Amino acid sequence: MTRMSYREAMRQAHREALAADPRVFLMGEDVGLYGGTYAVTKGLLDEFGPQRVRDTPLSELAFVGAGVGAALGGMRPIVEVMTVNFSLLALDAIVNTAALYRHMSGGQFPVPLVIRMATGAGRQVAAQHSHSFENWYASIPGIRVLAPGTVADARDMLVPALAHPDPVVIFEHAQLYNMEGEVPEERSADIRSAAVRRPGSMVSLVTYGGSLPKTLEAAEALAAEGIDAEVVDLRVLRPLDMDTVLASARKCRRVVVVDETWRSGSLAAEVMARIAESAFYDLDAPLARVCTEEVPIPYAKHLEDAALPQPAKIVAAARTLLGRSR
Amino acid sequence: MIAVAPPPSGPVPYAKDQALALLRDMVRIRRFEEKCAEMYGAGKIRGFLHLYIGEEAVAVGALHALRPEDNIVATYREHGHALVRGVPMDSIMAEMYGKREGCSRGRGGSMHLFDAKTRLYGGNAIVGGGLPISVGLALADAMQGVSRVTACFFGEGAMAEGAFHESMNLAALWKLPVLFCCENNLYAMGTALARSESQTDLCVKAASYGVPTLRADGQDVVAVREAALGAQEHVRSGHGPFFVEFQTYRYRAHSMFDPDLYRDKGEVEAWKTRGPLHTFTARLKAEGKLTEEEFLALDREADAEVERAAAFAEAGTPEPTEDLARDLCAPEGAR
Repeated sequence: MTRMSYREAMRQAHREALAADPRVFLMGEDVGLYGGTYAVTKGLLDEFGPQRVRDTPLSELAFVGAGVGAALGGMRPIVEVMTVNFSLLALDAIVNTAALYRHMSGGQFPVPLVIRMATGAGRQVAAQHSHSFENWYASIPGIRVLAPGTVADARDMLVPALAHPDPVVIFEHAQLYNMEGEVPEERSADIRSAAVRRPGSMVSLVTYGGSLPKTLEAAEALAAEGIDAEVVDLRVLRPLDMDTVLASARKCRRVVVVDETWRSGSLAAEVMARIAESAFYDLDAPLARVCTEEVPIPYAKHLEDAALPQPAKIVAAARTLLGRSR
Repeated sequence: MIAVAPPPSGPVPYAKDQALALLRDMVRIRRFEEKCAEMYGAGKIRGFLHLYIGEEAVAVGALHALRPEDNIVATYREHGHALVRGVPMDSIMAEMYGKREGCSRGRGGSMHLFDAKTRLYGGNAIVGGGLPISVGLALADAMQGVSRVTACFFGEGAMAEGAFHESMNLAALWKLPVLFCCENNLYAMGTALARSESQTDLCVKAASYGVPTLRADGQDVVAVREAALGAQEHVRSGHGPFFVEFQTYRYRAHSMFDPDLYRDKGEVEAWKTRGPLHTFTARLKAEGKLTEEEFLALDREADAEVERAAAFAEAGTPEPTEDLARDLCAPEGAR
């Protein structure tokens, strides 16, 4: 086991991917000389040179679209779109091109492209820098959506994403970069399954990405009250691994879905709908969710905290399902 | 009404065979699209259908200046590009009919003709959508040391899109081998150039990125080919992108749904005096490179090819609905 930060794990994944395959290159805003907005790509320019670590102009539409073209042309690009907020400027390239080309060309033009972006709130950077739109991307057929929520996944998901023949969008919650954790020597190549991060029996807490540490914290608090919670990390937001989710739902008979996207049309809504479709009669309580309040994320800390899913809200939701009060 | 220049004239600097090859492709496009319009009326072709009639010299002249190994990125008005590129007419018509034998397996239709074999990276139905893709294709070639030109076709309407400016900048900044081919037919759907652009000199806009530019008469297949030849030579020899504006005109409405109320009928008629087929035919005849019999034979061949394509499409098979999600993603475990 080695201890490292999520950021270092990501960097190591990039270094290994660039070293292993000459078709792999990285491009995005300030990924080179600056070292990456979140310092993920620091040092890679020196190591791999400006051909393979390319600083781009502030042209999200063009450089994401160019990533699509380069993938069509035989390369394996990693395009970093700084944050999900700016990915809105590149939606045409992602939604209308990357996601459609294999199907719309009758199978002739797959797009083996990896797009990475930071997501989420919690750092007092206000409404335009705090979005979570994983649910939008996860609703689009033709792309795979990953959300590494642990240090090991930060290290291990990039390489299989690059080997995947279709576009993969990777969401990295900005609050996770400083998180430290132990990573095993052996690598996982799993970009298909959800993972049970904490086994339990009384309530299933289903979450992903930046909400995972909060949910694990909530599970500890619940344990102190005698509530044995299971925590399921979705990891892969499209296609959803419902086998793992349904097994947990059937075992615990109560489910809270924790998701930082806005409540309406949230990813939580989709997960809940699928549980209701398949495991309704196995449940002992209505499905519950903890999402972001439907307001633009405010700057002031107490307001931002109030808007986002927090361990206390998760604990309260679980208690309600179990008929406990405080 | 926009002023119209005199019809293209002057000597055709090509041997007879080469000149006839250009004419043949223009006639093939014209006859193919006339059939498409007929079959649209008959309900065999549905959805959007954008005809290239009047603009044939652009695709023919430009693509005859390129090489088989080059990449082509086109727009939703791309039947002509696909035909000239060598995509079989059968498979194009079958695509329009929504059949499995279509070049996009019935998934694309008129606006999304794809063909890996001839490196046709699609018709794209988002105005400007092809521009960033062409930059990426050229980037891949540059990084892999492949000598190839990526020709990107787009209308003047796309030059109001951010995608155009971002793509020009990136291609010029990284000196990528992109040949930007602007098909300026003067109308972005129903909006005339002067009603949508503060700067109507398109070459001035492109030149602001430090990209060399050229303007050519898009109704003259010779002028188009000569402009494209020079431009592709610049791009191919590693000097970075080049921008060519082909000034042309579409004789039909924007699409089959367009009542065409925004143009002066006199303007359309005036542009028809500059028709790329009849003016080129007249020049070849005047130079003794074409007889009426030869023209009629060539026209009959095109008609016969079109009839065969329509019969092929009619006999084509519908994709089974069980295969609806075919080619959405790679099969599990594929590399």
